[in-house]
Amino acid sequence: MNVEITGAKVLFNIGGIVITETVVNTWIVMLLITLFCFIITRNLKVRPTSRRQLIAEFIVKTFNKLVKGNMGDKFSAYSPLIAGVMLMSALCSLSGLTGIYAPTADLSTLIAWAVVVFILITFNKIKYGGFGGYLKGYLEPIPVMLPINIISEVATPVSMAFRHFGNVASGVVVMTLVNGAMSAASQGLLGLIPGALGDTLSQIPLLRVGLPAILSLYFDVFSGCIQAFLFSMLTMAYVSSAAASE
Amino acid sequence: MDYESMKLLSKAIVLGSSALGAGIAMIAGLGPGIGEGNAVGKALEAIGRQPEAKSEVTSTMILGVAMAETTGIYSLIVALILLFVNPLVGKL
Repeated sequence: MNVEITGAKVLFNIGGIVITETVVNTWIVMLLITLFCFIITRNLKVRPTSRRQLIAEFIVKTFNKLVKGNMGDKFSAYSPLIAGVMLMSALCSLSGLTGIYAPTADLSTLIAWAVVVFILITFNKIKYGGFGGYLKGYLEPIPVMLPINIISEVATPVSMAFRHFGNVASGVVVMTLVNGAMSAASQGLLGLIPGALGDTLSQIPLLRVGLPAILSLYFDVFSGCIQAFLFSMLTMAYVSSAAASE
Repeated sequence: MDYESMKLLSKAIVLGSSALGAGIAMIAGLGPGIGEGNAVGKALEAIGRQPEAKSEVTSTMILGVAMAETTGIYSLIVALILLFVNPLVGKL
């Protein structure tokens, strides 16, 4: 029995650009979401007749309500972004259930998303406070606070990325360890049966049925969905507070 | 002691210290545990006083608990890096 915990494996190179499992799996998830959106928005009518259109309207209405409730009417244009981030994050975490490498278990993915959020925050601060107001914000409440303000500005995306990465990656590590331990336990226990029967049975990790499934429900499903929700909630909170601070 | 075994010994010391450091880093798990316990306890009190606000209190609580978990997650990342990336071995 060998337990192997590694990061994303490098699949191939394209002209010096390294393509890892993360990139490929992210594109798979993106294609799935695009396909889903493409299918449910065929033949839209003013009066919905198909079940497809009702599903599409339900999703759009839910996200519009969520964004308006958390950010105010001024930011209703952010609804597609929030919906995209939430679905992408949730599906990336859940894709780990199929046995492929979950893209959110790679820090690079989360850093990229956090940089998007950081740009949005800065953009909104400059848009609503002016460039001078944005720079002046670093000297509030007294100029001595400048280094602390810079650190807290940088800490926002870093903490968002690390929080999501840590949750998903810890789930992957714990599940790998539990699966390895269960294989070893069944090999040891069933190996006690004498004769050829024991030799055959000990090759099958029977104890891996049951407990890992229950743990996976928390570590993969619950944790992934909560983090997707949290990431989009924090995006909304930070962006709307960036605009309201001036 | 010759050079090779010295090198092996120093690597062993660094690996062992990394494992110890990972374990010590996870003591930080105490903080989020206490914090989350407090948050859930207060949420239960709130639900007890106002059972009709249960869904709202629960969703806010889950958000807050996930936020409070962050510090524990930081220590977990430090421990994972110490265990699996072994950044200190390269500094020998």
